[in-house]
This record gives sequence, C-alpha cells and structure tokens, in this order.
Amino acid sequence: MTNPANTTEPQIHARGLTKRFGTFTAVDAVDFDVAPGEAFGFLGPNGAGKTSTMRMIGTVSPITAGTLTIFGLDPAHHGAKIRARLGVVPQADTLDEELSVLENLLIYGRYFDLAWAESRRRAKELLEFVQLTERSNDKVEPLSGGMKRRLVIARSLMNEPSLLLLDEPTTGLDPQARHLVWDRLYRLKQRGVTLCLTTHYMDEAEQLCDRLVVMDKARIVAVGSPRQLIDEYVTREVLELRFRRAEDETDDSAHMDGKLEGLADRIEQLPDRVLVYTADGEAVAATAYERGLRPASVLVRRSTLEDVFLRLTGRSLVE
Amino acid sequence: MVGIRRLGTTVAFRPRHVVERNLLVYRHTFMVILSGFFEPLFYLFSMGYGVGSLIGNVQLSDGRSVPYAVFIAPALLASSAMNGAIYETSNNFFFKLKYAKLYDTIITTPMSLLDVARGEILWAMMRGGLYAVGFVVVIVVLGALGQPLVLSPLALLGFPAALVVCYAFAGAGMAATTFVRKWRDFDYMQLVLMPMFLFSGTFYPIDAYPPLLQAFVQCTPLYRGVHLIRAFTTGMLDPAMAIDLVYLLLMGTVGLAITSRRLGRLLLS
Amino acid sequence: MAVIGVRLSRPVEFATRKSIRVLEHDLLVFRRGWFNYLLNGLTQPFMYLVAMGIGLGLYVNKNGGTPGGVPYLNYIAPALMVTQAMLAGAFEAAWPIMAKINWTKTYHAALNTPLGAQDLLAGDLMWIAFRAALLSMLFTTVIVALGAASSPLIVLAVPVAVLTALSFAAPIMAFTATQEGDNGFNVLFRFGITPIFLFSGTFYPVEKLPLFMQPVAWLTPTYHGVAVARSLSLGQVDPFGTAVHLTFLAAVTLAGFAAARVTFRRRLVL
Repeated sequence: MTNPANTTEPQIHARGLTKRFGTFTAVDAVDFDVAPGEAFGFLGPNGAGKTSTMRMIGTVSPITAGTLTIFGLDPAHHGAKIRARLGVVPQADTLDEELSVLENLLIYGRYFDLAWAESRRRAKELLEFVQLTERSNDKVEPLSGGMKRRLVIARSLMNEPSLLLLDEPTTGLDPQARHLVWDRLYRLKQRGVTLCLTTHYMDEAEQLCDRLVVMDKARIVAVGSPRQLIDEYVTREVLELRFRRAEDETDDSAHMDGKLEGLADRIEQLPDRVLVYTADGEAVAATAYERGLRPASVLVRRSTLEDVFLRLTGRSLVE
Repeated sequence: MVGIRRLGTTVAFRPRHVVERNLLVYRHTFMVILSGFFEPLFYLFSMGYGVGSLIGNVQLSDGRSVPYAVFIAPALLASSAMNGAIYETSNNFFFKLKYAKLYDTIITTPMSLLDVARGEILWAMMRGGLYAVGFVVVIVVLGALGQPLVLSPLALLGFPAALVVCYAFAGAGMAATTFVRKWRDFDYMQLVLMPMFLFSGTFYPIDAYPPLLQAFVQCTPLYRGVHLIRAFTTGMLDPAMAIDLVYLLLMGTVGLAITSRRLGRLLLS
Repeated sequence: MAVIGVRLSRPVEFATRKSIRVLEHDLLVFRRGWFNYLLNGLTQPFMYLVAMGIGLGLYVNKNGGTPGGVPYLNYIAPALMVTQAMLAGAFEAAWPIMAKINWTKTYHAALNTPLGAQDLLAGDLMWIAFRAALLSMLFTTVIVALGAASSPLIVLAVPVAVLTALSFAAPIMAFTATQEGDNGFNVLFRFGITPIFLFSGTFYPVEKLPLFMQPVAWLTPTYHGVAVARSLSLGQVDPFGTAVHLTFLAAVTLAGFAAARVTFRRRLVL
C-alpha cells in the first residue's frame, strides 16, 4: 500500500505527541500521520491512550509535549478553525435528550453557524443517510443504542467535515447495528472523507482501516495495513489443537512431549488449547498426527488481527 | 440575533446559538418559564396590599411617606430578576454541565467556552428580562387603575436596571455552580441567597438595623440592585446609583471570566 | 410520628411491618445529608422570624397592625412553622417521589421484594411526617428561644404542623403517581403552593383579603393549620373551632391517602 502522505499534506501530523495527567502518562511520544482520504485506526486495549490521542486531535485536550497539527494548523491557536472542519463521534452518545432527533441535528448545525434553512436541509438529508427519517420528531431517550449511534454519526456530519474522528464507533452495538454503521462509514470513505477511529474490535479494524497503529501502554507498538501487520507479526495460518484432559494427567503438555518441535514458527500454550502458528496448518496437523498426537479437535484458520493484537499487547487482562 | 456581515463572510455572534438551543427546549415547556412571572405578582399582592394593610405608610430615605406597596414593588422586581438569573445558572446549568454533558458536545464545534458562558448568561438575562417586562406591565396597568406603584416616569428605567441585576447574578451564579460537586451543595448557595432576599431592604427600610449591620447590608449585591431600581421607581435619584451600576456590572463580568476559566478546567482535560 | 400515621388511617392498615422497612430505607439514606438538613431547619426559621417578625414587625407594631395588638413576631411565628411544614410536605411528595417512581426507580427495585405499592406509599408518608416533625420541633426551639411564644401550648402546634404537612403530602403523592415528569410540579407549586403560602392568613388575617378570596382561603388546609397553631401559641384556644379545623385537615389527608392508594396501585402494579 502506498502512503499518500508523501504527495499530499497530511490531515493529521504528530511527532513525539505526549499527554500527561499529573504523573500519569496517557500518551507517550507517539508519531503518526494521517493522509487525506485515508481510513486510519488506533487499535489497543482499554487504557492504551487511544481516547486521549483522539481528544488531543479534537482540540479539546491540550497537548503536553511534542507537535501536533491538524490540517496543518496548531490546535492550541486555531482550535475553532480546526473544529469547523472536523466531525466528532465521541465514545459516549452525548445527545441532547431535551431535544428531538431532528432538533439535535438542527442546533448542532447552528453551532457551526449554518443558516437555519441550510441546517434543516442537511439534517433531513443525514437522517435519510442513517435511516432515521421516521424518528425525526421523536425524543432521543427511547431510541435504541444503534439508533443513537447513527444519530451521533449523522450529527458529526452536519458541518460536512473533511476529517471524521470516531472513538469506538460500534462498541456495545448488536451485529446488525454494527454492520449498518460500517456500511455508512464505508460510504463516507468512498466520498473522500478521512476517517480516524479507535477500536478494540479486530474485525472492525480489518473492515474499515487502510492503515492502523497498535497502541499499548501509551505507546505505538506497531504500524501498517492489516495485511502487513499480520504478515509481520504472525504467520498466515493458525492451527488450534484441543486435547481431552485425561483423568490421571494434570498437564496437557505431557501429551505433546515435544512432538510439535520444529513444525511451527511459534507455539502458544493456553489452558484449554494449543495454538500453532504456521504457513500451512493442514500440513502441520497431518505431521502431528503421524507423530502420534491425538487431539480431540483440530481447527485450521487464517490468522487475524486478533492474533497480532494479542501477540503485541499480551493475553493478560488490562484493567 | 444577527450576524455581522463583513466582506461577504459572516462574523457570527456565536453565544446566540446557546440561546437558540434553550429556546428549542423550552418551546415544549414554555409554561414553566411563563409561570415564573406570577411569583413576584403573588408576592406583590400578598405583601404589598395584605401586609401593607397592617403597616400603612413607610418613610423613604428622602422623608416622603409612601404606601407599603410602593416601597416593596421595586424590591420585588429586583428579587425576581435575581431569582430568574439564579434558576437558570444554578440547577439548570449544573444539569447541563454534569449530567447532560451538553458543553462536552458543544466544544467539539467551533464554539468556545466563552461563547458558552456568554450564551447562558444571555439566556438567563432573557428569562429574567421577561419577568421584569411582565412586572413593569403590571405596574403600569395598576397605575392606570388608580393604584400607582411608582412615583416617577423614570420607573421605565427599572427594566434595564433589572437586566443589570440579572447579569450580575447570572455571572456570579454560574461561576459558583462551576464549583458545585453534588446537588446538595446548592444548599450552601441558598444559605447566601435567602438571607439576602430577606434582609436587603426588600421588605422594610434598613434604617432599623444598627449602623454596622447597615454598612454590611449595603455591600450585598441585592441591596445594590434594590437601591438602583427603587431610585428609578420613586424618582429619588442619588449619586450612589453609580456605585450600584459599577458594582453589579463588575460582579457579572468577573463571574463570566471565572466561569469560562473554570469551564476550561472542567471540560478541556 | 408513626403513631399519628396509624391513627389517621385506621380503616386501612398503615404502619405495617413492611412499610416500616420503607421508612428504614429512607432513614438510611438520610444518614447522609442530615447535617445540612438540620442546619437548614434551624437557620431558615431563624432568618424568617428575624426578618419578618422582628424587622418587618417593627413597622407593623408601630402601626398597631395585628388583631388584638399581638406583637407581629408572636403573630407570625406559629404560622410560619405551619407553612414551613406544609412546604416540606408538598416538596417531599413531589420531586423525591417522582425520582423513586421514574428517575432512580427505587420503587421498582423495592417491588421485587415482598414490599407492595401500599407499603411504599405508607412508608414514605411516614417518612414525610417524620421530616415535618423534625423541622417543626427545630422551628419551635427557635420560636421559644426568640421569646415568640405566648403559651407553652406551642408544643402542641408541632403535631398540627405535621398534620398540615400530611394534608399536602398525601394528595400530592396521589398526583405524583399520575405524572411522567416534573413539569406538572412547577405549575402546581407556582399556582398552588406559593399562593397558598402567601394568602392563607400567615402574614395577616384572611379578613384583610378581598371578599371573594376569603372563601378560597378557608378551603386551603394551611388556613386551618395556621389557625390552630396560632391559637395554641397565643394561648387563645377555641375548642369548637379547633375541632372543626382539625377535622378538615384530617379529612383532606384521608381523602388524599385514599386517592394515592388508587394512583400508586395503577402506576406501580401492572
């Protein structure tokens, strides 16, 4: 994948970008560029610093150190100018519950100094776009989670932004709602809107992002397209072996007795199964059988970003 | 509510959008706002005429003896301006700030924190101003019915004066609310507002107090507001009105400055 | 104050063991915030009595204004105690109950236990009576401290104030259970409670009102509560009048309670 940042000025440009709250470092000297028209993702566990980064880009959180420009402008001095061209979908649905669905969009357009008529025109168009036209005059509160999310997305588009910031756009939504949101975001991307999003869903990152960074403990630990990351950090396929736990045996690994030795790039032992990272899962499975291994179940699958993610950020739970 | 057009671009007065938002909300429940207009009227009738019947006349500081209703009418106008401003900038503002997260949303747009603070003050002044207009209308109607509540045509200036009172209390109220952490903290605000309402020369002249207490009361904002408006309605102009004006304008402006600083601290982390 | 509750509603069991549970919950919540509550309970009466009774009283007394020439402070003190209880009763039956029904939905959690809608109603009415009693006792303390009571019978004004509080709380709770939000309360307080506070003979005799307003004042519970409390505090009790006043208050409370039983059941039991 070519990086258009070389030819055009990046929409977001960060070098050594740092955010500290007291002694706690939320974002630790990260570098990245987001090119126009690109869909760029921040992937990482909770507390990795994704939201802090997004808030700095959104100009609602002053940077502690480093440089950050958005549209080539400094957020400390041109906040209003930047925000005029920015669409923001925050993590929580901060809708105005005292207003109706349509009014939420109308007044948001007014915050951007749109004329009432223009604001109304765009609001109606966007409600159509996110399939909420029939709910126009309803209160916000009774809407489902998916509808609220779509409404927030519609709201973020009121100023026809060239850059859209989405903080966990589909967290907490059911599968149908997620796919609808993805579909709308994909259409925006096709129209040339730059997308910058955070997620901890691997499938979301694979679906939407041209390029992504993996963040962990305030730092960027990997950069690339989903495919590049998979190629770089894991093998093409993963073989998952499950063993029946025999009554007299306490340790599964006793089964294997080094029988997988030399077959794979990497072997990971989990409490319930063994993961074998390899280019050809079928072949390894066959060899293992020949060597006398008798797993209860065998699964060969393509590696995913999830494997990359777990490899880079570890399996232990981050609280 | 107009943007200033200059060289084809619109330089908008952004705080108005906050007012527009509040108007959209209250479109559905305008009764709540409208009903606030009756409170000073009820007080006027009950205290002015009811208690007035027990009291008879009261002496103004220039020695004129006037019916009790004439004495408290301007004070009730000032108090209702204060209350209108406080309604909006205490509980309502706190709800929008802490629960509805309204301003977290607004700051993702080109609106600034100062726009937010100015907009909310403007709104509070509109609400207080509405009550003041209503009150002035009642005064005029009663005057026409042979129950004069004002002694001078300058009473019309009571309206802008009430707006100044609104501005002062809206600014201070909002600044105070940015320090509030939980609903119960508003009790402390009441602990300041209630004695002010009762003791600021609202219901009786402050000559009754010992000199030291008088001096103290004269330093409170509601006293200054009552003094200013009463000066207009009784036509009893005096130089101290300049103090009233400066005091109240300063109070609102300092409140505004504190508010936008505090909002920065609360919202831009 | 549960005793009063029991007596009030003999036909329908009131202070059952279950409704006591509801009261206990309220008390538990009250453990936080009681200090501010008591502080307000002392400072508010004090300030009102000083401002209106002493400050304004100066001008009333100078004019010989009150009937029978009673000092104005003594005249309004018991009345203000009753109106404070009434305001507390009205308030507590509105927003906090709406919160329990609709906002924090505490009632719905309680209904998953053996508690029923009637227990919630009775328990919270007892709670309101308790708070009104607390406020009225504090108020009485301030009255006595300021020397504003002419007779020791003032202590009997406390239950009268509580009864007045209930005569507002019960019907308002019935009303609250029919509401979805608090817009109705704003109207109720502006056009109901505030005028009642101002026009029920608290600050001056009802006879000073225009003729057409006097019968309206007689129909408010506050008028009756104020009349009894004042006669007790001034030591000028008229047994027959007192009986009429108290009967009126009890009747309003009972009617409100009966209505609330219906609206609570409709609202909370599906």
